[in-house]
Amino acid sequence: MVGLFIAAFLALFLLVPVVKVIYVAFIDPATGDFTLLNFKDFFDSSLFRESFYNSFYVSAMSVIVATLIAMPLAYFTTRFNFKGAAIIQTLGIIPLIMPPFVGAVAMKLLFGTNGSINLLLEEYLGINIPFMEGLNGVILVQSIHYFPFILINLSAALINIDSSMEEAAQNLGTRGLRLFRKIVFPLAMPGYIAGAALVFIKVFDDLGTPLLLDVNKMLAPQAYLRISSIGISDPMGYVISVILIAISLFSLWASFQAMKGRDYSSVQKGGGGLSKRDLKTGERIMVYAVIGFILFMVLSPHIGLLLLSFSTIWSFAVLPDGYTFAHYYTAFSSASGYITNTLIYAGLAALFDVVLGVAIAYIVYRTGLIGRKWLDYGASAALAIPGVVLGIGYLRTFHNVEVPIVGEPLASWWVIIVIALTIRRFPYALRACVAAIQQVSVMLEEAAENLGANKRRSVFKIVVPLMSGGIIAGFVTSFATASVELSATIMLVAKESDAPLAYGIYEFLQSASGRGPGAALGILAVIIVGLGTYFSHRIIERGEKKRNAAVAVNEE
Amino acid sequence: MKLVKTLIIASSLLLSGTALAAEGTLTIVTSYPPDTTNTFKAAFEAKHPNVKVEMLKKKTSAGIKYIKETAENNKSDLFWASAPDAFEVLKGDNLLAKYDVKVSGIPDKVGSFPINDPDGYYKGFAASGYGIMWNTRYLKAKKLPIAREWADLKNPVYFGHVGMSAPSRSGTTHLTVETLIQGLGWEQGWAEWKAIAGNFKTVTARSFGVPDGVNSGQFGLGVVIDFFGLSSKASGFPVEFSYPKVTTLVPANIGLVNNAPNSEAAGEFIEFLLSTEGQELLLNPKIMRLPVNPKTYAKAPAEFPNPFTDKTLGAEVKFDLQLSKNRYNVVNSLFDVMITYRLDELRAATKSIHDAKAALGDKDNAEAIKLIAEAEALVNKMPITAKQAAEEGYNGVFKTKRKKAATKSSGRQAEIEARWDDMVKENYAKATELAQQAKSLL
Repeated sequence: MVGLFIAAFLALFLLVPVVKVIYVAFIDPATGDFTLLNFKDFFDSSLFRESFYNSFYVSAMSVIVATLIAMPLAYFTTRFNFKGAAIIQTLGIIPLIMPPFVGAVAMKLLFGTNGSINLLLEEYLGINIPFMEGLNGVILVQSIHYFPFILINLSAALINIDSSMEEAAQNLGTRGLRLFRKIVFPLAMPGYIAGAALVFIKVFDDLGTPLLLDVNKMLAPQAYLRISSIGISDPMGYVISVILIAISLFSLWASFQAMKGRDYSSVQKGGGGLSKRDLKTGERIMVYAVIGFILFMVLSPHIGLLLLSFSTIWSFAVLPDGYTFAHYYTAFSSASGYITNTLIYAGLAALFDVVLGVAIAYIVYRTGLIGRKWLDYGASAALAIPGVVLGIGYLRTFHNVEVPIVGEPLASWWVIIVIALTIRRFPYALRACVAAIQQVSVMLEEAAENLGANKRRSVFKIVVPLMSGGIIAGFVTSFATASVELSATIMLVAKESDAPLAYGIYEFLQSASGRGPGAALGILAVIIVGLGTYFSHRIIERGEKKRNAAVAVNEE
Repeated sequence: MKLVKTLIIASSLLLSGTALAAEGTLTIVTSYPPDTTNTFKAAFEAKHPNVKVEMLKKKTSAGIKYIKETAENNKSDLFWASAPDAFEVLKGDNLLAKYDVKVSGIPDKVGSFPINDPDGYYKGFAASGYGIMWNTRYLKAKKLPIAREWADLKNPVYFGHVGMSAPSRSGTTHLTVETLIQGLGWEQGWAEWKAIAGNFKTVTARSFGVPDGVNSGQFGLGVVIDFFGLSSKASGFPVEFSYPKVTTLVPANIGLVNNAPNSEAAGEFIEFLLSTEGQELLLNPKIMRLPVNPKTYAKAPAEFPNPFTDKTLGAEVKFDLQLSKNRYNVVNSLFDVMITYRLDELRAATKSIHDAKAALGDKDNAEAIKLIAEAEALVNKMPITAKQAAEEGYNGVFKTKRKKAATKSSGRQAEIEARWDDMVKENYAKATELAQQAKSLL
């Protein structure tokens, strides 16, 4: 039943609209017949081949750089007793909640050829480092933007590792890096792979960042430029979309293969989590220095944006000419509608995402439903659909569907934005839920059922609570990223009064006098979503403590 | 699930209460920034208190898609944007309705361009032309001279300091590209563009990317539409703007959408836009567009360009609109293939030619001179001739809809572009090599 419902939902809001758009890829523009010639043209073009290679290179490098950023943060905060772990985890997630196009603007001001850092370097050392030139810039911005995917999933996985495994290894004499490499990291593999696959696919499909950095020799920008140019009907944009989808599906499949045949679940959950230990003073200073540097790097877009939001004029200078509150005044006068809309859209979308995510994860890993893998693949394929394509598909499919009572076409009713966000952010929640369920041993459910619990009871009393870390991680990721999504919503917003924050920011950033207010609105968005994230962390922590306390009591 | 559903329905009822179209709602699809839309919205609503204006902001191309996709159940009243060709696309698809303007005093032409659509489907409300804007701090720090004419931008001192957006992304950029090509001829015009583009730092994907880059000092000079330059200066950035001699003034337009739900209010808005009051709003420092009503210029600030009295502005160009229309997409595609997507290769070739020429100086080395000339010829070589570009059989491949099914077009756009690309890439590489060879001789 549930499976059917989800399948129908996906078919209606993902498959049909996308198929409506991508069938163009298989049509001969001259005759209107079915053809595969367009794909031959794709591989015959050296421009497209280079774009393909560049996309691949940038995605792979972004995964590496993102790992370098995320790994220490995740490890230190989960492994050691640490002041401010919650704050670090929250700060580590904040990059996700800034629309990438805003981040790129701020990064250019700081790291561009004539940005603050290079102006300083040039004045004192006479050198200029091309941080933001070409593909470098894309890799830098993308890894800073998307590393939280790895951080969130890896942290969740580390917390869930059974400490007895580690203790056993320690008893056998394993210490330090070897312990991490041989025991801890392999056990956290599902989380890492889930995060890394997300980063890879997201970067592969991302449009806004390369476009803003004027890098167009990559696949997603090529598709976008071709689809959205006036008057050009050639099918290559659609061909590229098909290829993006294929690559994303392949990466997902590969990430599933990587984990196939291994069991990552551990039975004991009560004392879950690595045993935390205290740091020596020397170590503590080291660790704080590393974390401080990483946080400075990943928060630099925000630092840039903050400066921009307070600046009068900032042009070819290390720092702005002067400071003012005026932009916040302008931003506040137009923000309340945007904020309410954003919270409603992103909140609903994230809620649907985790509900569906848990359902699919359960169906895939706990039932024998025919075609269950396809539910997973299908839902994950949403990752690969460029927002623009989804937006156009929705307009095409749902504009003639009148919503009863409301009396508006479905395509211009605000709920369609929620649905688009649900679909677009669904894969995030799904990955998190899948990783979570893989760590829950099926034996626990069987035990509950042996003790007389029915299916429903064992799901709600055993599986879902044990997955809660993953579920909340999924909710937070979906919510945070949905609240800054632009590419699909920009096609679907039918009234200014329905517009979300990212749309408002984008609009401001399109005029010379709007840069300040746009930045101020961006900061506002970061604060709101950041607070949301922080509080959900607090809730998880409290839940965990309670459960641990209960276990302790039971053990006594 | 039930709870979720109840929640949705409850909140949807709550929101739809405010979202339901009231009697006097006027929906305008526009590409303009909030400074422009809010100013006009406030002024119009003050004058017509019973009408509520909804500005629906889309990039021009997205706006066209939106109107096309929603045509069967149209909810938009007006389309308000700059590029005349966007309106041509809508007109061609029967998505605009005719409208007769009541306001008088608007001339037929600005520069050599007609202000209103001759068929009456859309009206010009402001004029804009392309020019060069520059960041004064940047030029001072890098000790660069000011460039006033297009040809100045070819100067090797500007290597890596210039920005422009692609003509396929912005209709007005397209007009600038086409204007220069028509003025100098096909081969010569493209050679000029490549020489300028060899100095580019970047080709931006959004037209606003250029003023943004100049304002923040990412690059020093930009090829931009006038109001970007003028409004940036008015917002306080250390930038200046000037029109070169060769520029085309084109109208920015507004058009009534076919089957508009509120055509009465839409008509009022067009009238307001063209009235004395509406035209004066264009002079707002944050908007800064050239009004189409000559009388409005009396209120303009000093030094504000006036195309109706300054006859040099846009006068040098005799623009062949039909020619431009015929090869519209071919020119865009050529620019992208030769410049946008091969910018790195073009820059490398340009740099080595600059270096070789600098090394040559006044020296009389026949061999080196020959090599440099060969390298330049290779860079300038065009994949197709002007005649091919204008032939319907050829450019038909690049068009959305062929007029007649019988019009034969051979080949597919992607296939043709791939051929061009192979040739261009090879030529740029060879040119780089030859220029380096020339330099090694000196």
